[in-house]
Parts: sequence; C-alpha cells; structure tokens
Amino acid sequence: MSIGIERIRKSFGSFVALQDINLQLPSGELTALLGPSGSGKTTLLRIIAGLEQADSGLIRFNDEDISQRHVAERGVGFVFQHYALFKHMTVFENVAYGLTVKPKKYRPANAEIAKKVHNLLELVQLGWTADRYPAQLSGGQRQRIALARALAVEPKVLLLDEPFGALDAKVRAELRRWLRRLHDEIHVTSVFVTHDQEEALEVADRIVVMNKGRIEQQGTPEHVYDNPANPFVYEFLGNVNLFHARVKQGQSQIGNIALASPEYNNQDEQQGLAYVRPHEIDVFSAPQADAIKVKLDLITIVGPVVRLEALDESTGQLIHIELPKEQFKTLQLQQADTAWLLPRYSKVFLGEGI
Amino acid sequence: MSAWRSKSVLPGFTISLGSSLFFIGLVILLPLTGLVIQVAELSWQDYWAIISDPRVVASYKVTASAALVASIFNLFFGLLMAWILTRYRFPGRVLLDGLMDLPFALPTAVAGLTLAALFATQGWFGQYLALWDIKVSYTWLGIVVAMVFTSVPFVVRTVQPVLEEFGPEYEEASATLGASPWQTFWHVIFPEIKPALLMGTALSFTRSLGEFGAVIFIAGNIPWQTEVTSLMIFIRLQEFDYAAAAAIASVVLLVSLILLFVINGIQQRYQHISGALK
Amino acid sequence: MSNTTGSATWLRRLLIGTGVTLSVLLLLTPLLLIFIAAFASGVGGIISNLQDADMLHAIGLTLLVAGLTVPINLIFGTLIAWCVTRFTFPGRRLLLTLIDIPFAVSPVVAGLLYLLLYGSNGPFATWLDAADLQLMFAWPGLVMVTVFVSCPFVVKELVPLMSTLGTEQEEAAVLLGASGWQVFWQITFPNIRWALLYGVILTNARAVGEFGAVSVVSGTIRGQTNTLPLHIELLQQDYNTTGAFIAAALLTLMAIATLVVKAVLQWRMHR
Repeated sequence: MSIGIERIRKSFGSFVALQDINLQLPSGELTALLGPSGSGKTTLLRIIAGLEQADSGLIRFNDEDISQRHVAERGVGFVFQHYALFKHMTVFENVAYGLTVKPKKYRPANAEIAKKVHNLLELVQLGWTADRYPAQLSGGQRQRIALARALAVEPKVLLLDEPFGALDAKVRAELRRWLRRLHDEIHVTSVFVTHDQEEALEVADRIVVMNKGRIEQQGTPEHVYDNPANPFVYEFLGNVNLFHARVKQGQSQIGNIALASPEYNNQDEQQGLAYVRPHEIDVFSAPQADAIKVKLDLITIVGPVVRLEALDESTGQLIHIELPKEQFKTLQLQQADTAWLLPRYSKVFLGEGI
Repeated sequence: MSAWRSKSVLPGFTISLGSSLFFIGLVILLPLTGLVIQVAELSWQDYWAIISDPRVVASYKVTASAALVASIFNLFFGLLMAWILTRYRFPGRVLLDGLMDLPFALPTAVAGLTLAALFATQGWFGQYLALWDIKVSYTWLGIVVAMVFTSVPFVVRTVQPVLEEFGPEYEEASATLGASPWQTFWHVIFPEIKPALLMGTALSFTRSLGEFGAVIFIAGNIPWQTEVTSLMIFIRLQEFDYAAAAAIASVVLLVSLILLFVINGIQQRYQHISGALK
Repeated sequence: MSNTTGSATWLRRLLIGTGVTLSVLLLLTPLLLIFIAAFASGVGGIISNLQDADMLHAIGLTLLVAGLTVPINLIFGTLIAWCVTRFTFPGRRLLLTLIDIPFAVSPVVAGLLYLLLYGSNGPFATWLDAADLQLMFAWPGLVMVTVFVSCPFVVKELVPLMSTLGTEQEEAAVLLGASGWQVFWQITFPNIRWALLYGVILTNARAVGEFGAVSVVSGTIRGQTNTLPLHIELLQQDYNTTGAFIAAALLTLMAIATLVVKAVLQWRMHR
C-alpha cells in the first residue's frame, strides 16, 4: 500500500512542527524519516498513524483519503520507542491482543489465534517467550515482541517510532539488520523514525531527511549520502570539514588546491564553502605541492580506523581525518609531527555563511 | 479541534470532561455560590460588624497563633522524622514510618478525645506537666497540641520523597570535600528540600486553621480565650444566625483559598515535588 | 550511613532518639490510651456499650455514609483523573486546582456551605419542601458533605501515577482496535488498580471519621443522624467516658486497618 502525504501542516501552540509536507512513499518500501529532535519526524509518523490530527492536508493510502478515518480503522501497525507492551499481560496475550479485541463476528477462533501468535513469535525468533511477562525480557526482545504484536492484525502499513532508540549499541546494530531481513521477507510498506544517520543509511530503501518541520532531501541512501542537497544534509549525514573555497568555471579552489566541481561549469567566480568528509582527505608525511601543512594534534586508533585531529597553524582550523590503520602505519607519523593534507573530493555550496 | 486536545485518539474525552465538570460544579462550585449569595444579602456595615466583632477577632488570633506555632513545630519535627526515616536504618523504622500516617487515618474526634484525656490534670501527661504548673487541656496550648497532632504527616510526607530521591551521595561528596555536618546540611541538603519543606509547612498551617474535631475536645472553648474560628461559625449556626455564620465563614474560606493558590504556586514552580503530595 | 566518625554516630543517636521519643509520646501513647480506656469497665462494659441502640445506629449510619460516599468518589475521581491526564484542554490546571478546594476548606465551612444551599433558608428550600425532600439534618446531607470533604483522595492518588504511566500503552491498544471500555478495563485498570484501592481506603477513612462537616449538617439527633464520631462527643458530654472511648476504639481499629492496607499497597505499588 502506497502512502501519499499532501500539504500536511501541524502546530502545537506557537511551535510549528510541520510546514507543508508533501511526500510519496511507494508500496512495499522501507522508508526512514531521519532528522534531529524537534524536526517533526515523529509528529509526521503519528499523523500517518492517526494518533495525531494534522491542522491541514491529506493522508492517502493507495490514493484513498484516510485523513478522517479513526486510528483503529486505518490498518496501521505502530511500534513505540519504549515498546508500550502491556506489562500485566504475557507475551502471548500481548501479541494476541489485537485479535482478541475484535468484535465477535470478526474474531478468529481461539485455536486460530494461538496458531497465528505462535507463527509470529517464530517470525521474530522468540517462540520460547510466549508465557513470560515483558518485564522478564531484554530491551531488544521486547521490541521484537512489540513488532510481532503490531503485525498480528496484518497491517497494511507498519510505522516504527525510533524503534531502536532505547537499546544499547550492540543490540541496536543486530536488530536493525534483523529488521531489514524481516522487511525483505514480509514486504509491508514501512516507515521508521530515527535520528541516527547510520541506522537510516543501513536499513532503509529510502531516506527522508527532515529539519525544522520541513523535508530537506529524499532519495535512496546512496544518493542522499553522495549528493547532499544542502549543507544541513551534508552535516547531518556524517562528520565534515568546512573550508573556504572559490568557485569558477567548473573548478573549486581550497587555498591552492584545485578540485573539480562540474555542477558549477558555467559559474563566474564566487565564494563558497567546501564540504570535505574526514575519509576524503589524503595524508602525507612529506611536503606536497599546494598541500595544507598541519600539525597532528591527536591520534586516536579506533579498531581498524585511525582518526586524526590536525591543526592548520596558519588559520587555526582543526581538520578531522579518517584513514585505515594499515595506511596510517606506512606513514610512520607520531603525535605533534608535521603532515600535509590534500582533499580528494569536495562538495561546494555557494555563499559565505556557514 | 486537534490543537485543542492533542491526545485525541484515546476514548472518553466527552464523557470524562462532562462528568468532571458536572461533579466539580455540583459538589464544589455550587455550594460556594450558596455562601456568596448569603453573604451578598448583608450590607457592608453589617458584614464588617460581624467579622470584626471583638469575640470573633479574638478567635482569629487564637486560631492563627496556634496554627502558626503548630506548623512551625511540625516543620522541625517533620524534617527530623523525614531525615531519620530516609537516612538511618534502625529497629522499628518501618513501624515508625507507618505511624506517621496515623493522624490522617485516625478520626479527628478520636484524636481530640484522647489528647484531652492525656493532658487532663489527672491524665498520663497532665499529672507530670502539673508539677511544672503547665496546663494544656482547656488552654491555648491544648489547641496547639491538637493542631500539631492532626497535621503531623504533611511535612514528613512532602520532604521524605525528596530526601529519598536526593540520596546520601551528595552528603558524602560534601563530607569528602571537608564540610562539617552542619555545613553539609545548610549548603547541600537544605536548598534541595526547601520547596518541599515550605509546601509541607503551608499545608500543615492550612489544615490547622480549619481544624475543628480535635480542637474542640481539648480547647475547653472558653469565649475570648480558647475559641477557634471554626467554633465561632458553629456557635453562630446554633444561634440560627446563618448570615453571621456565612460572613465569618467567608473570611475563613478566603484565607484558605489564598493559601491553596500559594501552595499550588509553590508546587508548580517545583514540579519535582508534586508527586509527593498525598 | 556515614557513621565513620565518633561525632557522626553521636549525632545519629541523638536524632533517632529525639525522633523516636517524640513520636512515641505524640502518636503511640494516644493509641495505647484509647484501648486501655475502652477496657476500663472490662469486656462486659464493652459488650453492653456496643449493644446500646444509639451506638448500633451510629455504627450503621457511619457505614451507610461511607458505603455511599466511596463509590461516588471512586467513579467521579477516576473520570476526573482520566480527563486531566489523558487530554489537554484549556482550563485543565484550573480543574486540578478546583478539586483541591475541599482539602483546603475547613470542615465546618464545608458543612455550612451545604447547609446554606440546601437548608430551610436556602435557594432550593421551597422546591425541596414541595418535593418533601429533607436533605439537611438527615442522612442525605451527611452523604453530601462527606462526598465533598473526601473527593480529592482518589484524584490525588491517580493523577501523578497516570501522568507517569503515559498514554503509549493505551494508544497501542486503540491502534490494535480496542474499544473505549476495553482500553480502560484491559489496559488502564490493571496498571492503576492498587493506586485506586489506595485512594479508596483513604476516602473511606475520611468518610468514616469526618466530624466537623457532618456535625454542621447533622443536628446530632440521637438514633437518627448521629454518626460514630459525633456519638463520641455525645457520650463524652453524657460523662460516659468509657463509652466514648469504646466508640473511639472502634474507629481506631478502622484507622489501624487503613494503615496496614496502606503499607501493603505501597509495598505492592513500588515492587
């Protein structure tokens, strides 16, 4: 089922949570709403679910306007950040709840409910927890139960509000890969909210980057990561170094370093800001033509990766660099040594401000 | 509509708001208007004459002074009890903790009857106090004792949760930095519990101003000396002078409503102690 | 705790000693006195006092008043708590302040408010007379003022708890298709039942023990409008001190039961 979001606006008092949101989410895709807190992503999700009413605008499921339809009739499954499991019910009763509250004539027979619940528990790989209470499960297990509960009513749309937000790093990483595989299996149109760009990049078919109640960019993870539409998206999707640059006829210059900027092929000379990711900088231990001369302030080895903080003493700017450990070893650099940097690639946005 | 009530998917807004307004209107607001109607029938001069009658004024002084002393006593006693109940472990602590709620569970008439008997000249306490020439029953001091008893739990139960949440690690931190126990209390603990302490004392004072059941048993109710304002209202009623009773009641009511708003103000400014209110 | 130094131990002992002594003198001794005084004329005295018709009537009336007050305040208290914790609307805070009024108002004033409104001089007097309804100086008046003085208890127990619980579980149930009743009984109620029961026992203790408000609207007619707390005063005025203490002991047993149930409930709620 595709989701259409048209001209959605929402304010809470004087705070504008969403301003004029338009979005088409194709059937069967897993979409991430990505943004910092206060960007309106959760509000948008709750409006799709019907937990919140928009001030204006429409929500369509398969071209049908469902904006006025009650939550229970929208056929959405919703997973809350803090699970919202019914703590006085067993796991079985939690998952069965959506089926047992159906009016008598639509309610499946008990045996059928039991079969369905057990199938779902197998799907989330927690068949053995049926008789336990939520308090006896770990956070990751609870969230999988919450997902099974949402799936029990066979939703046409699955909505997840920061589903991994309350979990620790290792469980998070496991669970998001698991969610990706699960989605490939069941293919229900899904939307999840997250503030973690890594999570969005890893799990989603499509990323919608939101900021201050607006959509900044949408597209596949690869497209958005490689072609950020604006400085906000660039900075939000990962660490970045900013350099002053001059742009002219398809070239941008950081200091004396010239880099190709084909998007500005017919541009007269103008000032801009060059965005360079930490892994897009080459490091040299010997002087290079035009390179930025720096002093290595801090060397941190994080597993296979080395992170450097390098100080450009002529400008006082601190430059962050990331490179594989093997490569760094061959450079034989120590803390406080002098090094030379050459950005390989940059994305320039015109204008002076940051 | 949506901005008007944001959690709109949950059921029962109309019925719960409707019955809340019905109940509060019928049980609380309507009777208050009854008083306003009665008082409005009095001329200003009559009203003033009733509420400034010397015997009534004497009752204000008795009530306010006794309530003030009682709530100040409970400020210290409540703080002490909250402190030892949260910071120390000793045999009987759980029982002592439960005992703190006794004044709320025990009917005030029972409290009054018992305190009067305890402090009577032949009573368990009274006979010893008599040796020092201290009279409690049928004096102003008796009123204070009754008020202290009935409002003991307020300070304890507002300060206790704050102390529990605050935890002893701050005191330990302060001690390791070289502070004396007194400095620790004054600079570290007191600022943290001040709002709760203030609120508990204000609640205790409010309750004492209106206390009736416990007080009349022990006060002796001697005109000009040990009559509390609540009793003055009661006496006017027994004289079937409803207008005068209403006039005096309006003064009491106004004072309690002002105190209520002050207490709510304190509570709103320090949200974190609101859960402690019982 | 930090009893590492001699002066700390000394201070600790002083504080515990003072606290325990004051509590025993102020709270425990009265409790002992009540039962000792009630037994002053032996078990026979207790039995004969309890068989007194006026005493029995007072007990019955007290139970009636509490039995009507508690369900009324339970139902409306729950509705009010639901309304203020599950929805945001203008005037929500005002509603919460209004429900506090009965705790701030002196019980005598509370009784007076009802007497002025529903008494023989009140605005409804003609109408009540025509319908032959006597509210004041009769048991309905006792129930009315008792509802007033004890209505905040349930609300005050539920509001903090329901705010802390949040609405996610209920929203989840609605999303799964539960009806309003199902949401309340299957999701909300199991989460608040101990607090609800706690509110009920506090309401009950106050309803049974109320003195000031009921004494205004009762008229203290022996065998008719005399509740147990009012009966204590009558017995004492009759110089039947033992009888007064027997009535007091009954109420004290109720108070002790309240404290025990309260302790059990608090233990359950914090578990």
